[in-house]
Amino acid sequence: MNILGFWIFLGAEIVLFATLFGVYGVLYERYAGGPTHQDIIMIREVMIQTMLLLTSSFTCGVAIHEMRRGSLKGLLTWLVITLLLGAGFLYMEINEFMHYVHEGATMQTSAFLSSFFVLLGTHGLHVTFGILWAIMVIIQLLQRGLTPVTARKTFIIGLYWHFLDVVWIFIFTFVYLKGMVS
Amino acid sequence: MGIKWDEFFITGDPLILGSQIAIVLTMLGIVAGLTYLKRWKWLWREWLTTVDHKRIGIMYIISAVLMFFRGGMDGLLMKAQTSRPEMEFLTAQHYNEIFTTHGVIMILFMAMPFLIGLMNVVIPLQIGARDVAFPQLNALSFWLFFSGAMLFNVSFVIGGSPDAGWTSYFPLAGKEFSPGIGNNYYAVALQIAGIGTLLSGINFVVTILKMRTKGMTLMRMPMFSWTTLVTSIIIVAAFPIFTVALGLMTFDRLYGTHFFTLSGGGLDMLWANLFWLWGHPEVYIVALPAFGIFSEVIATFSRKSLFGYKSMVVSIVGIALLSMLVWVHHFYTMGAGAAVNSVFSITTMLIAVPTGVKMFNWLFTMRHGRIRTTTAMLWALAFVPCFVIGGVTGVMLAMGAADYQYHNTLFLVAHFHYVLIPGVVFAVFAGLYYWWPKMFGFLLNERLGKWHFWLFVIGFNVTFMPMFFLGLKGAVRRSYTFSVESGFSNLFLVSALGSVILAAGFAVFCYNIYWSLRHADRNITGDPWHARTLEWATASPVQPYNFAKLPVVDKLDAFWHMKKSDSPELTLQQTEIEEIHMPNNSGLPFVMGIIFGIAGFLLVFEWHLAAAVAAIGIFACLIVRSFDYNDGYHIHKAEVEQTEQAWRLREGEVNRYVG
Repeated sequence: MNILGFWIFLGAEIVLFATLFGVYGVLYERYAGGPTHQDIIMIREVMIQTMLLLTSSFTCGVAIHEMRRGSLKGLLTWLVITLLLGAGFLYMEINEFMHYVHEGATMQTSAFLSSFFVLLGTHGLHVTFGILWAIMVIIQLLQRGLTPVTARKTFIIGLYWHFLDVVWIFIFTFVYLKGMVS
Repeated sequence: MGIKWDEFFITGDPLILGSQIAIVLTMLGIVAGLTYLKRWKWLWREWLTTVDHKRIGIMYIISAVLMFFRGGMDGLLMKAQTSRPEMEFLTAQHYNEIFTTHGVIMILFMAMPFLIGLMNVVIPLQIGARDVAFPQLNALSFWLFFSGAMLFNVSFVIGGSPDAGWTSYFPLAGKEFSPGIGNNYYAVALQIAGIGTLLSGINFVVTILKMRTKGMTLMRMPMFSWTTLVTSIIIVAAFPIFTVALGLMTFDRLYGTHFFTLSGGGLDMLWANLFWLWGHPEVYIVALPAFGIFSEVIATFSRKSLFGYKSMVVSIVGIALLSMLVWVHHFYTMGAGAAVNSVFSITTMLIAVPTGVKMFNWLFTMRHGRIRTTTAMLWALAFVPCFVIGGVTGVMLAMGAADYQYHNTLFLVAHFHYVLIPGVVFAVFAGLYYWWPKMFGFLLNERLGKWHFWLFVIGFNVTFMPMFFLGLKGAVRRSYTFSVESGFSNLFLVSALGSVILAAGFAVFCYNIYWSLRHADRNITGDPWHARTLEWATASPVQPYNFAKLPVVDKLDAFWHMKKSDSPELTLQQTEIEEIHMPNNSGLPFVMGIIFGIAGFLLVFEWHLAAAVAAIGIFACLIVRSFDYNDGYHIHKAEVEQTEQAWRLREGEVNRYVG
């Protein structure tokens, strides 16, 4: 029941991100004389971010696999690796943002940058929240071991993590790659 | 932190000063009353911390009635201001604020919570469940709605009301043209309430999909459950759009971004699109459950099964799909071009088809029925012609080319009041008179109910019918006054008089609640209306666990057929009594509601640091919840037996004893 509820919540999240993508799609060429995509995007760093997050989705899958085998130790190990990768992604994204702001490309510069920062920032906030949430689940796993309840909680945070990865694939494609060629 | 303390409280207007005094006195009265009656602990234990769907539903309904009062006062003030030409009762600014709060409050803080309240009370009972899927989340939904509503309501005494209309179109709603904090209230308070509604939607989808009793397939569900399911799905699909739109509005207003601004490449019409992408489905979020209520009431009081059950379900789903495809009809005049406007004209007119199907289904349900004109049924009967007027004028407005003439006139205002008042307000009144005994164990007075009904329906028609003609003559909406030469005076006066009758109807309704609370007969059965669905198969008021044994269903209108065949399902055998698992009460949702309210208030005033500190409290609550492994408690067999005997052995329920 909780898992179905969470799937429906993810449905709402899809609508939320779809709306943000829609807004970005409307505003992405409205530079208002400010910097364009080509002026600011650091594609090498973004590529590394992408690899970090995609790998973290894989390690998250391994973690759930370990949980299914009943191995608490395996689960915790892979979960921690997942979070470290997630934290690495977040660190790089914050650096990227600071770099843009330093270059004079802020949220207030143009409609393009407003939609850019809010779309990416929403994703980044979701990742931050996911990391904090997963830490709570890890503490509970340490306290209680693998029970039906903790297993369910772990599975749900896994779903959430994969979802964030899917969103990132869309961001990478429609924001960064498209931005490079436009 | 650039707030000027001398502008914190709104001063200088006698109306607002009066309200401030009234608010302070009411608060003091409530605190004194609770202390004098020693009811603080009772309030906390029985209500503020409850996770019982019936009590949460009742709290929703109480809040909705209070909001109805507030929104109604706004309406009366508007009607007073436009009763004569060149009136100087309200200033233009005050009038702007009042039509804004009237719209927001009536839609989001009256209609929606009223319906969600009825859903809360009825749905688990109707599908034969003991509660909703996530009881504590349900309480959180309520407290988020409540804190959003309160935050919005303090705006007119602290800081200033929003004044850009309930649609808050940009660029008017932007910082450039509305520099005060009024519109921050709009962005933040609606966000908080909206999150609550989204959670409600998720909760009801899961409840209805997963918790139906044995044998109740989807196609055996009562129509109100069907409409609630589809409504909840629309909520999940539409509310995130509003979340984003309000979020972007907050960014534009508070952090200087350029989503909807005129400068910096922003697009003001992007707001209109996002708003109505949510806003039009929102119309159906309030209309569909109302249709469900009418379906239940008409079937019960015609003593027949609902005519065309399957076509009813298909048309509900059809309306839900179409509701997502019509949003542009709110701004044909944006200039999207003939092709775009034509597409949206057609989709809009298409909605009339499934709605028409439903109309005929209700009429055919009544045909050859043994109709009892109870108050609830009267509301349903009045709904049919009134709503048809609203629907037909809706099709007129749907035609893009013609809409250039109707746009922004009182014709439109009359149209949507003719849709929303019969479609939603009549429905919640019908539902309230119908399910009141289920909630409280006594009926509302039918005689007063009929006074309420006639005053309200006559008042409604007298108020809004003239507005069609005013609109056709060219009277624009949201205009605080008009000249003598316009020739509008008589119709405006009639409309204002109608609103007084309308208000009298509401007053009778309030008196009816008071009278019934004091004097109504408490000795009623669990099924006072001879109804058809499972909520009537248990006691009135309903015991905390709803059903001692979960009913088993084999067809539509199962309870009706059980009664006819004197089914053993209705009798409870001693051996069937089991311990019943119940969730524990929790103060967390209430605390979270308060913290959300405080954080929201600080954000409205742009005290970012303080708001961030308050927001940490929200995360702290989430962590506490995550570590909460409290698994509820059990009601013992003996207690269940005692409760069941108490109501089953009463007169009128003789063949339903505990055997």
